[in-house]
This record gives sequence, C-alpha cells and structure tokens, in this order.
Amino acid sequence: MMLDATPRDTVAERRALVANPCKTCQPVGAIYAALGVHGAMPHSHGSQGCVSFHRMFLTRHFKEPAMASTSAFTEGASVFGGGANLKTAVRNIFDLYDPAVIAIHTTCLSETIGDDLHAFTSDIEIPPGKRVVYCSTPSYQGSHITGFSAMTAGFIEHLAEKSGEPTGRLLVIPGFVNPADMRQVKRYLDDFGIDYTMLPDTSGVFDAPMTGKFELYPAGGARVAEIARLGDAAYSLALGYWASEPAGNVLKRSCDVDYQALGLPIGVSATDEFILALTRYSKIPVPPSIEEERGQLIDCMLDTHQYLDKQRVAIAGDPDHVLGLTEFCLECGMVPAFIGTGTPGGHFEERVRAILTKHGRKPDSCWVKAETDYFEIHQRIIQEPVDMLLGPSLFKQIARAEDIPLVRVGFPILDRYLHSYFPLVGYQGALHLLKAMCDALMDRLDRDSADADLEFVM
Amino acid sequence: MRKASQTYQQDILVERRSSIFTQGEERDEGDCARGDWPLSRGANKGSRSASKGLTSASVSARKSCRAHAMPAHQEPLSINHIECEKDSVSGAVSQRACAFCGARVVLNPITDAFHIIHGPIGCASYTWDIRGSLSSDSELFRNSFSTDMSETDIIFGGEGKLARAIDQVVQAHRPPLIFVYATCIIGIIGDDVVQVCQEAENRHGIRVIAVQAPGFSGHKAMGYRLAGEAIMQVFGSQPRLRSSGGRQDNQRDQSDPQDGERDQASGINILGDFNLAGEMWIVKNYLKQVGIDVQCGITGDSTYAELLRAPKARLNVVQCAGSMTSLAKKMRDNLDIPFIRVSFYGIKDTCDSLINIAQALGDELATERARRFCAEQSAALQPLMRRYRQQLAGKRAAIYVGGGFKAISLIRQFEELGMTTVLVGTQTGRPEDYVQIRRMVKAGCVVLDDANPAELERFMLDKGADILVGGVKERPLAYKLGVAFCDHNHERKQPLAGFVGVANFASEINYSINSPVWRYI
Repeated sequence: MMLDATPRDTVAERRALVANPCKTCQPVGAIYAALGVHGAMPHSHGSQGCVSFHRMFLTRHFKEPAMASTSAFTEGASVFGGGANLKTAVRNIFDLYDPAVIAIHTTCLSETIGDDLHAFTSDIEIPPGKRVVYCSTPSYQGSHITGFSAMTAGFIEHLAEKSGEPTGRLLVIPGFVNPADMRQVKRYLDDFGIDYTMLPDTSGVFDAPMTGKFELYPAGGARVAEIARLGDAAYSLALGYWASEPAGNVLKRSCDVDYQALGLPIGVSATDEFILALTRYSKIPVPPSIEEERGQLIDCMLDTHQYLDKQRVAIAGDPDHVLGLTEFCLECGMVPAFIGTGTPGGHFEERVRAILTKHGRKPDSCWVKAETDYFEIHQRIIQEPVDMLLGPSLFKQIARAEDIPLVRVGFPILDRYLHSYFPLVGYQGALHLLKAMCDALMDRLDRDSADADLEFVM
Repeated sequence: MRKASQTYQQDILVERRSSIFTQGEERDEGDCARGDWPLSRGANKGSRSASKGLTSASVSARKSCRAHAMPAHQEPLSINHIECEKDSVSGAVSQRACAFCGARVVLNPITDAFHIIHGPIGCASYTWDIRGSLSSDSELFRNSFSTDMSETDIIFGGEGKLARAIDQVVQAHRPPLIFVYATCIIGIIGDDVVQVCQEAENRHGIRVIAVQAPGFSGHKAMGYRLAGEAIMQVFGSQPRLRSSGGRQDNQRDQSDPQDGERDQASGINILGDFNLAGEMWIVKNYLKQVGIDVQCGITGDSTYAELLRAPKARLNVVQCAGSMTSLAKKMRDNLDIPFIRVSFYGIKDTCDSLINIAQALGDELATERARRFCAEQSAALQPLMRRYRQQLAGKRAAIYVGGGFKAISLIRQFEELGMTTVLVGTQTGRPEDYVQIRRMVKAGCVVLDDANPAELERFMLDKGADILVGGVKERPLAYKLGVAFCDHNHERKQPLAGFVGVANFASEINYSINSPVWRYI
C-alpha cells in the first residue's frame, strides 16, 4: 500500500519536507475565482505547464471544462521578464477568445523574476469596453484558498468604483465552495428578497447543463457591470475568513463599504449566524421556509444522534471548511480528534480551539494544526484511531490503510461524481452531510456486525 | 528550442501550433495552395506583427488544410516543413503541460523510487499519483514529497532545506533511488540542485538524481528528454558510497553497464509503457508466451534493480515513442542497444509488433511462435469485432492524444472497427508522425498540432465526430458538445493494450457512442 511506509510507532518531526500535501498553490484558486465572473478568461502569467495542471485539477473535481490561458514563459522570458509575453497574450486573448475581462494572476516564476503586473498592464492597449484585472498569487505563499481570495480582491480592486449613488445591494462573497453551495446561499438571499451581487459565482459555470453546445463563457457568473458598481454597495458579507474576508476588506478600504466576515455556514450555528446576519441587514424576519428547513435539520439530528454520539472524527481540508465541519460534528455530539489544514496563517488553531471551548470541550482536547500534511495526520490517526474521516479525496489512502469510513467533503474530490451538485452550506447542506455521515457509519456497522446482529431496523 | 521553418508549405497538413482563431471566421476551405495564409483577423490588419519573433502567434492561426488536396502531392513530404514541437503561443488556452510534468510522469512509475519535488507546493500537489501506474510490489512511489518552498526559502535559497528533505526521506524510508525535481524557480534563485544531490549520494550511499525540469524550459517533450537523461544516470554509475552508514544491499545485482560485454546480452527492454491499468503486464505476458525475455520495463512497474539490468538487453522496443525515443537513442549510442518502435494498440499493431520484436532479435523460433500466437488471438477476436463493427460502422472518430505514434495506432484501430477518423491532433507529435498520419487518413480528415479547445470544438462539429479519444481535459468538452468520449490517457481504467485491450477499447467506444443518454439531449 501507498502508506505502508508511514512509521507506526512514532510521529517524527519534519520541517523541510511536506509529504502528501493538504493544500495546493494559489493560482488554481485564482482561476476558480475568475471563472466565477461571467465572460472572464483567467490568465496565468507563468510557464505553460501551470495552467495545464490547474485546468486538469478543476476538471477532475468538477468534471467540467475549465478554461484558462497562459503567458507560456520560455527561458528567454524567464531571463528578460515576461512583459512581452503578457502583451502578446492579452492581445491574442482579446482577438481570439473575446472575453469581457482578462483576469491575470502571477505564478512563482513571474513573481520571483520580479514581473510588475501593474506596470505591464498599464502599458497594454485594452480594447474599448474590455477590462483587465490582476492579482499576485506566488505559489510560495498561502495556498489555493489565498489565491481564491486574492483574485476576488483583484476584481474588486480593479473594477469596483464608487460613484456616490448607492445601489442598495449586498455583496456576498461565498468562499471557495462548490456551485451548489453558491446556489444555496443565493436561495436564502432570494427568500429574504435581498438585492445582492455574489462574487465570484460559479453556479451556471461549473454546473452548466448539457446543451449540445460548448460555451467558452457559460451563462453563470457575476457580471462585470455589477462588480463595477460594488463601490456603491450597501454592505458586504464575506463567508470564510480565509477565502473571502480579504476581499471584503479590500472593498472596505477602497470604497468604504462595511463588511462582516462570517465562517462558512456549515452546520446549525454557523448557518444561524448567517441567517441572522441577513435578518439584521434586511430587517426582515426569517422567512417561514427557512425556519422550516432548520426545523427539519434539527429533527434529523435528533433522529440520528444515537449513531453519531461520541464518534471520533478526523477532519482535514481547507480552513474555512474545517472550521464549519468541526462545529457541525460537535453539534452532532461527535468528538473531533484530529483537525488539520495545509493552508498557513489566519489563526487557524485559535479559531478551532475557540469553537471547542464554545461547545464545552477543553481547547486542547484535540490535535489541531495548520500547515500540516496528510502524512502527519495519518501518523496521528495511527496513534489514536478514529471512527470517521471527513475531508477531500486525498484522505482516501488513509481510509484504506486504517480501514476507516471516509465522508468526502471539500476540495478536491477527484474520485467521485455529482458531489458539486449537492450543497454543504446552509441547513440543506447540513442535511446532506448528516446523511452522508450516517450512511458511512451505519454501512460500517452493517459490514462489521455478526450475522445474528444484522438488522433491518436501525 | 528547435527552429522550424516559418515558410508554410502548401502540402502540409499539420495545423500550425496553437492556431487560435475566432469562431465563425470565414475560411477558404479548398485553397491549400498559398504559401502564406493570412488567417486571423489580426494578422490581416497587421496588428500581430509585433508578436512575430517572440512567439509563433503571428503565423500560427492557419486554416486547416484539408486532405482532399492530398492526391495532388505525390512527391515525398519533407518533414522539415512541418511545424510542430514548438512552444505554445502566449495567450493560448493550450492543452499542453510543461517539461516538469513530462519528466515526472515518465519517472513516476518506478515503484521503489522516491520523488521529491523541490519548489513551491503546487507542482507536488498536481502530480501526486498523477497517473494510474500499477505496481506489482511497492506502492511507495505514489506518495508525494515536496520541499514546499516558502517566501523565506526563496529569498535565502533552498539548498539546505532540500538537503534536509532528502535526509528525512532517507531516514524514514531508505529508498534505493530518489529523484529530485527542480521546478521553475529553483534555477532562478540559483540553488545548485546537482551539488545537493551529489552530496546526498555521498552521505547516504543511494542514488539521488537531480532532474532539472523548470516548466519554462519547454513543453512535455522536453521533460521526456530530461527523464531519459535521468534514467541514463541511473544506468550510468554506482552510488559513491563514502559514509559507512549507507545501505549496502543496493549494490547487489549491479553489473557495470559500461563494460561493453554485449555478448552476454539477452532479452529486451520495453520503453514507454507506464503500466496504466496493468498494460505492461499484458505485454510482458505476450512476450513470455512467445519466448522473449524482458530485462526491464521502462518505466511501468519497474524497480531500481530492474533498471540496472536494462543495459544488458539486446533490443529496446519503444512503445510510447513521444516520451521514450530520446532515451532509446541515447541507449543506442551509449550502450549499443538498437531500438525499434512498437505499438500494442489494435490487432494489427499488436501482431506486427510481436513479430517484429522476434525478428529483430533474429529468433526464428520466437518469430514462428509470435505468428502462431497472433493468428490465434486475432482469430479469437474476430466474432467480437464483427459484432462491434455492426454497431459502429460508419461512425466518425476524432483523436486528440499526446504522442503521434499513439494517434497512428488509433487511426488503424478505428479502421478495424469500420470507423472513419475525421480529426487527428497531438500535443507532442513529431514531423515524421505527421507525415505518416497524413498518409493514413482519408480525404477530409483534419490534422492539428497543439490544438486548443476552440479548435477541437470547431472541427469536431464541422466533421460530425461521433466520439473523441483524448485525455482528462477533453472529456467534459466532448460531452458538452454531445460527442462520446474514450480516455486513452492517464485516466483509463481498463487496459487498452494488446488483444484484451482491443476488446476493451471496442467496448468503451461502443458504450459511449451508443449510450441511451444521447437520446435525451
């Protein structure tokens, strides 16, 4: 087995080596964010291989085409700078793919050689009515999550203007989540009757229907004109401290639009907080449809709590997801045992410990670590086994090695289909997750039970 | 970078690299005779001239030269006039990967080697278990190791970190062989990776081989060459064991490959099979039945010890020509092992290859056995092929694969199924491949080099393709267009090589083309 080499006796300290990473680099997040803007062509300012990897990665997760162009650095460009490449690229892209906006992000290569996108782009002739935005996403900082927030911030920084004429709109930054999650958040906004702009919005892009026609720019996505008016927005809600808050902060700084950052609305409390934020903003009481949904969720949590109680769980993935998942597990009476993310920064450990404290656990009652990797998480699990794994496909090998049921959630999920069509956020999302967790644990009970104990009724 | 002719020969069928063009543009289909086609709107207006010299954008957007012009050109086609193997154009939505990716996918299947990717994390994440190479022994190669270079490492250099990373891998796992890949920025910041690897070899007494594969150094084919050089290094010398703590048992089973004693040579090496879905095992099994020994499969399901045996082989057979021709040439020049190209895709190519291998070895008995074996196997497939031909006859296929040689096999396979190939594209096809493709395809077939999604879409629809054979990025594109799909790349789940592969291929093509889902579009 792949993980046979994982030492089973001790957990060795590794400082120089990452083994089986729990993150990837910024540009893929930047591309995902850019594809949530209608008519945008993400452009990778670096070697041609980067964009090929990113497109492959997104395609493997969503099972959908992912378009992005590249500056295709050569050795020459790496020595003399990529300015000429970018100039050619922008011209070619507008000529040939005719996007509304080109969303340029950097790579480790272009950052290291010191390419100045501000200087380059101000030097490039942009066709009338077209826009170019850019952001800095060196792969040696942050992770795909910070890349997502950098690109979202880039759109706001370069497009949003303040005219002084309020639009009365709410900006919602949904976080690095699947299209189904964005649809779920939008449904709540619609239920409240709130006028909003969601940026980015990959619904209708990464879950576009089959029509017999390939759309280079699918119907979904935030409109450039809407983004341009964000400077006059009434307020912003940033869902996710890592993936969304920095962009909310940029709009606050550039156009003085106040914002509130919330965790991803995963589970009961986090969704409550989000719904209450909508109530506060709209001054409208919670619509009965949402009340009903919440009630259904609580009902189902009660029905199933006997199977979830005290179940030990290891949670890994992106920090905003992991926070939400941790809290939902606690709400279900489960015991988070190992909690890790590969993404650095953002006070991950403090935030997780705060959640533990809030739910009456000792803050050090479980192992929490940012900038960790699957190799280390595996070693911890070997020391103190858990009942369930909650995280991306990359958990799969650990699930096999230790014979632990895995519930796939987050990014990337490369080995299953349709996952991006079912929400994780909101009360509906929690229902889906609850079902998946119960199915996993109860399938395991059935598998492991003696013949005499195998029951029709559970 | 290889220089290719800027002059466009009238009879060249290869669509120029990254021929990015606007949808709905008027094209003069019949006219393939002009030497220099103004193709894109931009080129007509002259606004592209600035890009000349930097990239091939200005001359790239060529019309597709239709094959109905073919009969007019009977003289042999000069391969110097085919433009391929060039860099992608800035601004292209290229389907191609980089040199690092090429090196990584070739070396990855060596099952007891460890791969440390020296650079920021992305390159390790994207290539973690990137292809489904199966192993009969260790699965350790499927782990992903990286130095995860951070900003401070970039500023202060990553040599120390790399050295520690190698130490940690050696301490934890004691592999016999480690490949260290230097990605884009490592050369830029000036890390001396070769030196660090050399020192690690000295410290640990195992092979630590630097693969300097920055993405900007070229596309995937460049990476294949770099992988070939790394494999030559594996053959080349023993680890310099200076410290006493090193593992000695790596030393067993090693003979000096450079001793020139070719008379002891026996068997063959299979180059360019990566044991996807166990294909290497199928091929090895056929060879065993025919009575031909295999020294080493490079690199599918190989080990360090097997690689060291490779120089003893009498013949190299090259399956994935795109990735392995450079290594085959080096082994021919340095180790005196001749090579032949083979393909185990399709009945005819599988039979031809087995017989050719036996003949190239001058082994009459094996040749006879190969003939008999192939005749039996082909005959056994015929009833199945007849059934599939009834389902598939007249259907039109589009091919978009990595290498040219695979495209050639696929064209033949579609012929065996009674289908017509209407579009052929490759990422890294070489001029000779395109010459051969041109000879094989029927009139009207479009041939593209480094096609982008817009081109694939246009020509698939234009030509009424029923199915596309391609890789991961092409699958959703095909489905969106209402075109069936078969993955002939990393994500194949059943073997497509050999006689069993013929049956699997036909079945995949059939279930995708004739899926009931198409009725509901």
